[in-house]
Amino acid sequence: MIAASFEYDAPSTLEEAIGLLQQHGEDAKILSGGHSLIPMMKLRLASPERVIDINGIPGLSYIREEGGVLKIGAVTRESELEHSELLKKKFPIFADVTKLIADPQVRNMGTIGGNLAHGDAANDHPAAMLALRATVIATGPGGKRSIPIDEFFLGFYTTALEQTEILTEIQIPVPSKGTGSAYHKLERKVGDYATAGTAVQLTINDKGICTTIGIGLTNVNPIPLRATRSEQALLNKPLTDENIAAAAQMASEDCNPSADLRGDVEYKRAMVAVLVKRMIKKAIERAK
Amino acid sequence: MNKQITVTVNGTQQTLEVEPRTLLVHMIREILNLTGTHIGCDTTSCGACTILMDDKSVKSCTVLAVQANGKSITTIEGVSTEGAMNPLQEGFKENHGLHCGFCTPGMIMRATELLVNNPNPTEDEIRWGISGNLCRCTGYNNIVKAILYASAKMRGVPTASTEPEFV
Repeated sequence: MIAASFEYDAPSTLEEAIGLLQQHGEDAKILSGGHSLIPMMKLRLASPERVIDINGIPGLSYIREEGGVLKIGAVTRESELEHSELLKKKFPIFADVTKLIADPQVRNMGTIGGNLAHGDAANDHPAAMLALRATVIATGPGGKRSIPIDEFFLGFYTTALEQTEILTEIQIPVPSKGTGSAYHKLERKVGDYATAGTAVQLTINDKGICTTIGIGLTNVNPIPLRATRSEQALLNKPLTDENIAAAAQMASEDCNPSADLRGDVEYKRAMVAVLVKRMIKKAIERAK
Repeated sequence: MNKQITVTVNGTQQTLEVEPRTLLVHMIREILNLTGTHIGCDTTSCGACTILMDDKSVKSCTVLAVQANGKSITTIEGVSTEGAMNPLQEGFKENHGLHCGFCTPGMIMRATELLVNNPNPTEDEIRWGISGNLCRCTGYNNIVKAILYASAKMRGVPTASTEPEFV
């Protein structure tokens, strides 16, 4: 399959890329890893007139910790996240997430920025970013702006990014001691989109009380979903089996999956409850 | 508008003119006539089109030829030296790692990067490592053995051809 014709630019600076976006507006698409965009173009589900390849712009690929904040450049490949020693130590959830994204070759190309900017509730990073309470940095003609992850996903393939903005960085607060995180998705085969997926990060104090909690859900809602009621049910409470089961039940009630080849609605809701329960327990283990 | 790109393919630098929409796999097969790289699913699933781009295994059906500008490409045609099989090719031959052979170039290119990153992988690591490559003949067991054989050979550990397993 061959995409419709388009013009191709490979700018070497961010300013140049933003200039091209200003010039071409809705006719242009940003190419990062390309593993969502190129398949859509081959299927002619997307036919941009112009593709702006940001892979040649230096300084968009990094993983570093600065002043209590983890900063990840948007063009950082999934395989780099998967094998990062810094992430293994402080954010084990990244290894959970990346290992389940497609396959090794796709992870050599796919980027975290593209995974988020695509605005697909079936992608795996959005739920993790909700659990980690990330902030997305967008760079546009007027400079940078911060977008809290809860304000980022607006609809089906729609995000808060303006037409002239490029997602350039993801910022995540480095959690305090006693924090654990975990992600898992149920998939029919290796590399499939999730039947359902759950990301959890939580902090437990020395009295066994849950002092922070984030729960994000993959592919069970039109947009990536925060399980708000489940979080509230556990915040400042002991993480007893009873409380966890109640929170898991709430998540399964509050999500809004659609029936497809991966399962019917009832099945997906049931799997959300199972995954929320398991991921909370795994995060608790890792918090110790 | 066509774009001029410069790529190093199997060690030789070439300057080519391509349409932006030309896929890397089409450039390799149809412009360079290197037909060892196969097109299987054309949807990023099967891995038959796997090549190395700057030493990273990628699915060339999902990369634009223009994205390879300035980069180094290795295809199955570039893995042997002076007609001698490299350890992976030898491993596939000795362990019956192929039946029809359609997936083999992609398997070998993927396994090439796998063994660079992890010279002594476990069976489990190999199975995860080739999870983006489909084989519809072998049932994978002999492919895993072939990669273990290559790993041993490359590390200088004595190798023995195993009895092929027919599943």
